Formats: sequence, C-alpha cells, structure tokens
Amino acid sequence: MNIPQDLKYTKDHEWVRIEGNTAFVGITDYAQGELGDIVFVEIETEGEELDSGEVFGTIEAVKTVSDLFMPFAGKVEEVNTELESNPEAVNDEPYGKGWMIKISFDDSADLSELLDAEGYKEVVG
Amino acid sequence: MKKTALNHVHKALGAKMIPFAGYEMPVSYTGVIDEHLQVREHVGIFDVSHMGEFFVKGEGALPLLQYVTSNDVSKLTPGKIQYSCLPDGNGGIVDDLLVYCLEENHYMLVVNASNIEKDWKWINSHNSFDAVLTDRSDDYALFAVQGPRAVLALRTLTDMNLKEMKYYTFEQGRFFNVEDVIVSATGYTGSGGFEIYVPNREAERIWEAILAAGAVAEIKPIGLAARDTLRLEMGFCLYGNDIDETTSPIEAGLGWITKFSKDFIDKERLQEQKTHGTQRRLVGFEMTDRGIPRQAYPIMNKEGETIGHVTSGTQSPSLDKAIGMGYVATTYIDPGTEIFIDMRGKPRKAVVVRPPFYREEGE
Repeated sequence: MNIPQDLKYTKDHEWVRIEGNTAFVGITDYAQGELGDIVFVEIETEGEELDSGEVFGTIEAVKTVSDLFMPFAGKVEEVNTELESNPEAVNDEPYGKGWMIKISFDDSADLSELLDAEGYKEVVG
Repeated sequence: MKKTALNHVHKALGAKMIPFAGYEMPVSYTGVIDEHLQVREHVGIFDVSHMGEFFVKGEGALPLLQYVTSNDVSKLTPGKIQYSCLPDGNGGIVDDLLVYCLEENHYMLVVNASNIEKDWKWINSHNSFDAVLTDRSDDYALFAVQGPRAVLALRTLTDMNLKEMKYYTFEQGRFFNVEDVIVSATGYTGSGGFEIYVPNREAERIWEAILAAGAVAEIKPIGLAARDTLRLEMGFCLYGNDIDETTSPIEAGLGWITKFSKDFIDKERLQEQKTHGTQRRLVGFEMTDRGIPRQAYPIMNKEGETIGHVTSGTQSPSLDKAIGMGYVATTYIDPGTEIFIDMRGKPRKAVVVRPPFYREEGE
C-alpha cells in the first residue's frame, strides 16, 4: 500500500499536502482500494468556510457512498473539476490527479490531529 | 465464520474477502466494473458455494413442495428446474429458491446462504407428508460459470451437450472425471451460462480444471460485488434487499411464480392481492439526476411526499448510469413516471422503467 512520506493524514483516510497557508486534500490509496471503482465525486462547497470534520463532499463507488470530511477548519478555495468527467482518477492516482479540494486556512486552524505517514500506517494496520 | 472449500484459493488469487451470510467470501478480485464487463462480454467463474442445498425425497416430496412453495411443482419433470418462493403464512417471503426435479419423487432445493437454517426449520415444520429431507449444504460446492463464452470455457470438461442445454434445465453426469456432477443452465447474471454442483472434496480440482480449460475463453474469477451489479441490471430480486418477510410475492412482481392451481401456504391472501391489487409494488428506475440510489433511501413524488423506499441500487457498469429498484405506492408504477430519490436530504430525479435494465444486443 502506498503511503507517501511527505504527506499528512487523517483517521478518515484522507491525505493533506500542506503548502504554506493552503493545502490539497484527497483520499488515500487504502481508501480508494476499500471503496472500489469510484463513479462520482460530488463537491458543492466551493467558496465555503467549513469547520474541522464538516462534510465537504461525497464520493460514490459502485458499492457504497462515503462522506468527505474537512481535515481542519478552512475555506474550500478550489475543487478538482477534472473529477467530474474522470472520477476513476481517484482510483488510479489518489495522491496525484485524484486530488479533491484545495483549502486555504489561517493560524486558527488546528493541524495537531494530523498523522504522519508512520502514524497513518498504524491506523490501516 | 464459515469458509468455502476454495477460501485459500481466493486469497492466493488476491481477492478482497468480506463476511457475507456467515461466510468469508470473495467480493472482488480486480475491480467490480472489470469483473462485471468480463461476464457480459466473455466469461467468468463465481464461487457461490455458500448457497444451501436440500434434498427432498419420497412419496411425500411433491405434496410437501406443492404446499410450501408458490410455484406449481407438478409441472416439473426430471431434468427441469423452477424458480419459486416460500410464502411465510403472513403475506411475506421466507426465501426464494430453485427447485430441481432430479427424478420422480426426488428434488433438490437451492436456497440462500443467509436463510439455510430458517428454511430448513420452516420446511421441516410443514412436513406432515413424511417426505425425507436432507441438508447437504456443507457437502456441496457451487460454481457459476457465466457469460457468452461459457460453453467454450467448459466444453472439453464434459460429454454433456452444454450447447443444446435449455434454460432452466440440467444434466447430472461426469464432469472432469467426477461422477454425478449437476450442471444446470441457470444463473443470476442474464448473460447465460451454467451452475455446477460438485462435492466439496473435488471442489478445488474442478475449479482449477475450469480455469485451465477456460483459458481459451479468457475466463476470470468474479466476486460477489459484480454478481450484485449483474443481477440488478436484470432486475432480479435479491432476498434481504428486494424481498423479505415484509414483502409479498405479488408486490414483488413474482406473480408469475405464484400459481393458484394448487393449495399452498398463503394461497388465499395472495389470490386476493392478485385479484384486487396491492398498495405498493416493486419497480425499477433509472436516475436522470446525478447520484446513486442506495438501499433504504426514501422515494418521493414531486410534491415531496414519501411514496416508498429503495431496496437495491448501483451504478450500472454496462449502461454507465445509476439504476435501482424499490417499492412505491401503486399510483406511481407506470413506466415513465417521474419520481425522486431522497439522497441524504437532496431530492434527485429518477424515472420508473420496466426491468431488465440491460438487454443483450439484438434482443
């Protein structure tokens, strides 16, 4: 299972790539494998300020549906619109083309709950 | 948790395993969409050994089965199979099943894994006919070889005339040097093919033989996830989703396997439903808005009133659109009727259609 060292993770199986005061968010390789073939990614929160743990979208696989959660408080600045026509990118490249949102955040955001690669490896066993 | 004889084989093939009906079963090998299309276009093999097999024998066999099942078992002759259900005496369904007529006064019943114990008790409790019942569920493995190339995959393994075998008939004979194997032209996919009943001790040898002989047809193992999307594209009911103890065969559209020419459990009640109609019916629908319907989502009319609920739903890999089945009030059952699926608080538009959702080209 692919768990890149340079990313942060949540217990909800999302990854976060922090770049200054912005962050890219997607789901992990483990999560896409568990969901199976992904057919829709629906994110209708662009421009919204959301709290940590709030739902920013949903992901539909053939078998099941799953909510997507904010890894920490911030504003949804950008949504990966490529996923509308190519949702399977989440299966193929969960850490690359399969990214979901770009968040902006300020100093009030609490990043202390994020896991590093080692910590996430323990979560997925 | 119980395991089928092939458990270690699935794990070695890299299958994702899940608990299902008390068994650890392969849900997928490479991915549900790939596996689904493999069956539609080529051929696949499913291990469905979790299914239950009961044998019913003796003078009392026919009268017992006539009484506990909804279909007319007297129509069966040796070599023929019937889809049927067990009415529960209360308007609901104990299980749906296949009835195989092995010979006069000798039948095999194939029941859902999750219901083996319940069905066994139920049928025995009505056996005032002195039929001899045997539960052989733990002795048999069952493989479904499904898809347009199923004959090509299997033809070197048996002398049975698979090509000419008619739908819902079977032969019992030699298959890869094993005697008394039952091969039936049945399945749960709508793509044709066979179901093969083999003794557990021969299961692995036969599985490997089918994979080897089927290489010419590019056969692949298929998991339960694709089995579900394949059956749903055909509008086939799944016990526990679309039918259960709260649904009647008439509501579920199973009037065609409910025969009033004989006496059976719930006959009068079901006859009344057939004559006067029911408050609700199981329908198929396709999403016109985005989103995938899931079991238990409410179904609404355009005024926003709840008119029913979803029992099964998925993204159809063959049609590339979201499809589902559910019960709705009888005023909403006509094909073309616009309905709304409540997807976690958001009403999404769908239209009632008559299953099957998927039809083979040229049909």
